[in-house]
Amino acid sequence: MPEQKRYPAKPNKAYFFATCLVDLLYPEAGLAGMQLIRREGVEVIFPQDQTCCGQPAWNSGYRDEARMVALRQLACFAEDYPVVVPSGSCAGMMRHHYPEMLRGHADESDIEAFCSRVYELTEFLVHVLQIELKDLGEPVKVALHTSCSARREMGVADEHEVLLKQLSKVELLEQARKEECCGFGGTFAIKQPALSAEMVSDKANAIIETGADLLVSGDCGCLMNLGGHLDYRESSIESRHIASFVWERTHATER
Amino acid sequence: MQRNADFHTRTEEALANAQLKASLRSAMDGLMASRKACFPDADAFERLRLRGAQIRVNALSKLPQLLELLERNCTRNGIRVHWAESVDEANETVLGIMREHQAALLIKGKSMVSEEMDLNRFLESHGIECLESDLGEYILQLAGEPPSHIVAPAIHKTRQDIAKLFKQKFPDIPYSEDVDTLTRNARGILRKKFHAASVGLSGVNFAVAESGTLCLVENEGNGRMCTTVPPVHIAVTGIEKVVEKLEHIPPLLKLLTRSATGQRITTYFNMISSPRKTGEKDGPKEVHLILLDNGRSRIYEDEELVNTLRCIRCGACMNHCPIYTRIGGHAYGTTIPGPIGSVLEPQKAGLKSLGELPVASTLCGACAEVCPVRIPIPRLLNRLRFERIRNDHVGTTRGQGSSRTFNEAIAWKAWSWLHRNPVGYRLAMTLVTRLRNILPLGIGPWTQARKAPRIAAKTLHQRAREEGFNDQ
Amino acid sequence: MINRARDAILERLRNRQPGFDIPSQSLAVETPEWPMQARIAQFKSMLESARAEVYPAEPGNWTQTLRRLVAEKRIDNLLYAKHGPLAEAIESAWVETEKPELICDQRPIEGWKDELFFHIDASITSTRAAIAETGTLILWPTQDEPRTWSLVPPIHFVVVDADKLYNTFAEVVETEAWAQQMPSNALLISGPSKSADIQQTLAYGVHGPTELIVILRSAEPKQ
Repeated sequence: MPEQKRYPAKPNKAYFFATCLVDLLYPEAGLAGMQLIRREGVEVIFPQDQTCCGQPAWNSGYRDEARMVALRQLACFAEDYPVVVPSGSCAGMMRHHYPEMLRGHADESDIEAFCSRVYELTEFLVHVLQIELKDLGEPVKVALHTSCSARREMGVADEHEVLLKQLSKVELLEQARKEECCGFGGTFAIKQPALSAEMVSDKANAIIETGADLLVSGDCGCLMNLGGHLDYRESSIESRHIASFVWERTHATER
Repeated sequence: MQRNADFHTRTEEALANAQLKASLRSAMDGLMASRKACFPDADAFERLRLRGAQIRVNALSKLPQLLELLERNCTRNGIRVHWAESVDEANETVLGIMREHQAALLIKGKSMVSEEMDLNRFLESHGIECLESDLGEYILQLAGEPPSHIVAPAIHKTRQDIAKLFKQKFPDIPYSEDVDTLTRNARGILRKKFHAASVGLSGVNFAVAESGTLCLVENEGNGRMCTTVPPVHIAVTGIEKVVEKLEHIPPLLKLLTRSATGQRITTYFNMISSPRKTGEKDGPKEVHLILLDNGRSRIYEDEELVNTLRCIRCGACMNHCPIYTRIGGHAYGTTIPGPIGSVLEPQKAGLKSLGELPVASTLCGACAEVCPVRIPIPRLLNRLRFERIRNDHVGTTRGQGSSRTFNEAIAWKAWSWLHRNPVGYRLAMTLVTRLRNILPLGIGPWTQARKAPRIAAKTLHQRAREEGFNDQ
Repeated sequence: MINRARDAILERLRNRQPGFDIPSQSLAVETPEWPMQARIAQFKSMLESARAEVYPAEPGNWTQTLRRLVAEKRIDNLLYAKHGPLAEAIESAWVETEKPELICDQRPIEGWKDELFFHIDASITSTRAAIAETGTLILWPTQDEPRTWSLVPPIHFVVVDADKLYNTFAEVVETEAWAQQMPSNALLISGPSKSADIQQTLAYGVHGPTELIVILRSAEPKQ
């Protein structure tokens, strides 16, 4: 259950934790997230030694393997700056699961301090930077899929919506059963392929029914699953990470 | 109970059954909506379920003392208390009582513990007829199926299925698909059985230690029939169902009925504290309480997994589970299906036979969000994922390490090594981006329903550097 | 065997009493409180939403309401407690030959089970108290009004006094100190018997009464 989180004033510097999926598959989303933060006057630090939060191993039961990776990440974010993560899932891992995971393996006060400065990107933009967006894009109809971890673990479903609603030419459409999981679940998609396919197909149907042009999500796992499925069905709906989408629509480029 | 075919096979069968899918979807949508309407105020709900969690945790933290107190107070009230370590012992106890009374018919109210005991089959093998009297359970007994949901056992059946079943079993009763008619017919048949049975059996929703009271929640009245009309009443319960005080009952009842079916209260809440007393005109002359362990005390030993035992069996986790909604209860192959079943049953039966269940979850958290006693189900599933592959022989979970494979373990070790060696990681990822056009990312199951993800031309590590984002 | 099982189970439980991470301080769960008229309205609307019928009546002439209802429902016989709290009013309101026939059988159930199960049309009982929040009747069956009377006949009439209407179940348990004095059987009844086991469709009277008819005696003026 999301706790009541207090947000600090806008900092001078912030760390960015890309996540492994963003690093390899969606770097433009990570870059967009960093650019959004930088545009608000905050220096973004991207520690080159970061890799993965450890969640894949943790959720597969390989706790020691996950723990060692997590400890290595902690070392990358030593200063007392916010750690911004463009994923509800990885942010949830670092904020809510690290304490349990690292209990007895690291200084508890260090862990606590680290976890409490982990923010999911949209919550950071909305609450800490209090970002105000100016929509420069063409009118577009968008369906938003909020990941289960963003919704339930990080409690930032509203922040996703708040951000999109700031975009004046974006029509946000609501799919049926929007709170239901898309069926990604990390290794679940591989280990339970039939179930996962059924879930993603139901979710895609709901999104198609809204008549949206574009699917936006704050988590690359969901995007890879849902977007991959929409492409597989040759749907015209494109999918975009929320950071890329917001950046593209608010960034004045010379066209 | 049926631990035949594997979970995957049953899942695929369920997914191929369009009618099952439609029935489940509409039933679960309905149950979710009713529940939601019952808890309009999110803050009040959070406070209430925190209270519910406290009550259950309080009971578990004093479990041995409360069980003794329950035994003492029940005994003082005239209820005979039996203890059973295993389902075999519990079954033998029921059989003994039946024999003592030369009873040939046991009429049953809804009881998941009796399902766990596989009591019907056991008694029938000893020539005793068992009759389910809950309408849903009765229908399933006619069909020869186990329940597929703990609160709504026949949720997978349509009224046409049921009409055909009645026609087949009772050819003399005119065929009808009308729900009222079907219900009336069942009432007529079962009424004669209530009238005739000499022993009734029920489960227990809550057992109150301080007063020796057994509480039963129901809508139909069959539970009251079973516990009132036959001269002997046997209640079976897991040892975890005890709560300390009577004042703990109202909040739990409130949470249970609202979470289960979205009812503010059920039609009947039946609190039994003693057999018929002198001068009373009805009620059983004997009441027996069977306290079943069957692995619960072992679950109790684990500081984290003990939270499994908080469960009050409302079924909300099933109703909200995207997996359960798609496959129904039978696919799980366990007495208790759904998220809490995937936590509880592998601990009871051992991870060797049911190790697949904790993995068959996206950990989406919908279950934990609605659990009226705040059981951290995803966390417990995650823990069991660890238990199924750990090989350090620590702790008491049955079937530890039974899913560990050499290849998988090596793969995770390699993964871990790579992700804590940044130089190696960056090199590897850069290499992957270079080879992106020839790397086979279209791994089997993924591309059965999706396009393979596209590897970027450059990693974010590279691009961050290029775009001037500092490393420190 | 039994004691061995008991000792073994308790032994295992005592060996390891786990700690929990839930705060143990007492939590006040807010309970609604309504003034009397609102309480009555809540009680009535909750019961009606469960398909019970609720008829407010004045304490002096509630039997009028009862007589009207039994006539409307064409009931042949009505089970009542000759020595119960309602007897005097019912008997004085009934005309000897009038339908339904008043029946009181005070034998133990074994003596007249057939008749109770297959020939009684309706019963009437009193209540101990009631709960507004959920529209609930509280019955502590007695020697005069046994447990089966509110269960077996197809129609159950029940008389409730508004001044025994509590806000919540929690309030009843606390105020009446139930923990000190539980009867053989305490019942909360909140509607007629029902089931949704066939395709989620509500059907009434599956095992218990098909109709629950509540006569709410209140000195307050009717709405």
